[in-house]
Amino acid sequence: MSLFGFSLNRRRPKTAQTARDRLQLLLAHERGQGSGTPDYLPQLQNDLIAVIRKYIDVADDEVDIRMERDDDVSSLEINIDLPSAEEKADKPAKKR
Amino acid sequence: MTTQLKDEAPLGRIVVITSGKGGVGKTTSAAAISAGLAQQGYKTVVIDFDVGLRNLDMIMGCERRVVFDFINVIQGDARLKQALIKDKRLDTLFILPTSQTRDKDALTQEGVEAVLNELKEEFDYIICDSPAGIERGAQLAMYFADEAVVVTNPEVSSVRDSDRVLGLLSSKTQRAEKGDSDPVKARVLLTRHDQGRIDRGEMMTVDDVLEILAVPLLGIIPESQAVLRASNVGTPVILDEPSSAQTAYKDAVSRLLGEEIEMRIESERKPGLFQRLFGRSA
Repeated sequence: MSLFGFSLNRRRPKTAQTARDRLQLLLAHERGQGSGTPDYLPQLQNDLIAVIRKYIDVADDEVDIRMERDDDVSSLEINIDLPSAEEKADKPAKKR
Repeated sequence: MTTQLKDEAPLGRIVVITSGKGGVGKTTSAAAISAGLAQQGYKTVVIDFDVGLRNLDMIMGCERRVVFDFINVIQGDARLKQALIKDKRLDTLFILPTSQTRDKDALTQEGVEAVLNELKEEFDYIICDSPAGIERGAQLAMYFADEAVVVTNPEVSSVRDSDRVLGLLSSKTQRAEKGDSDPVKARVLLTRHDQGRIDRGEMMTVDDVLEILAVPLLGIIPESQAVLRASNVGTPVILDEPSSAQTAYKDAVSRLLGEEIEMRIESERKPGLFQRLFGRSA
């Protein structure tokens, strides 16, 4: 159990348990996806770029996709650097 | 630890971690060495060449952060920058995971070369974690190497396979085929070394192994409980709690960087009660 980033329990957890948990989480994802880790991501990225391009002029390398899998939630983070039309849209739009 | 962030062009040095035989500690060593180089301030990337059997990500502890992989980059489905995973402990360390779903035929020589060339523009060290065996994946992992670390256990099948791999390094690599450049600089990293068993005559000595393989020694990694512990938690041995294996890997990294460090063999544990009672004769 960790609170504010540090452990309340100073006793070191058994690492075998950590190993077991990591594997269970990973394998649940890999099996659940059928063919392993999400293979749709490259296609998803291309589709996203295509959709965004209908409205905004962005380059391929201005779209960044990150993933973080956790015990109960996984998040897909998509960062799009919008072109700075007259300096105003300089900040990356962040969606979850 | 010095962190000498350099202004000059990156070194762009490619080091393959190979062995022929499986299970001798290639991935453990690739993770430890790359973390050690990064710790010394060298911008380092470690690439998993074991297509279909991804494991470097687990040893590095970034398995939950894989989105794109080496194969996606080779096939043009993702850019290199998107596939590189930045280590959360060292900001000079990056991981390029492999695909878990494709097979080794997805690796092409041209694709690998293009990715390595792009990495050379930005990184000081590019560590290629080879799959076991001597087929396509292993050959491509070594093909563009400047240096090789041949991970060997003091055990007959491992030494034999290492000998075979050394033969491939001196014939089936770009440096060997070009002929005009220096050969791949190959060194042996002896892992799972157990001084107790050597003393009892149960294990080949370091000299035995080196005499057979006839290449210089990069380091001696003692058999250590720290290796399993580190893999359990997804931390390279060199970044985990202090251990004899950690010291040995740090020495090996220093030697890789050209320092001359005396070979030392630390024993893993102080004698326990059992050993004290029954002496070292057992």
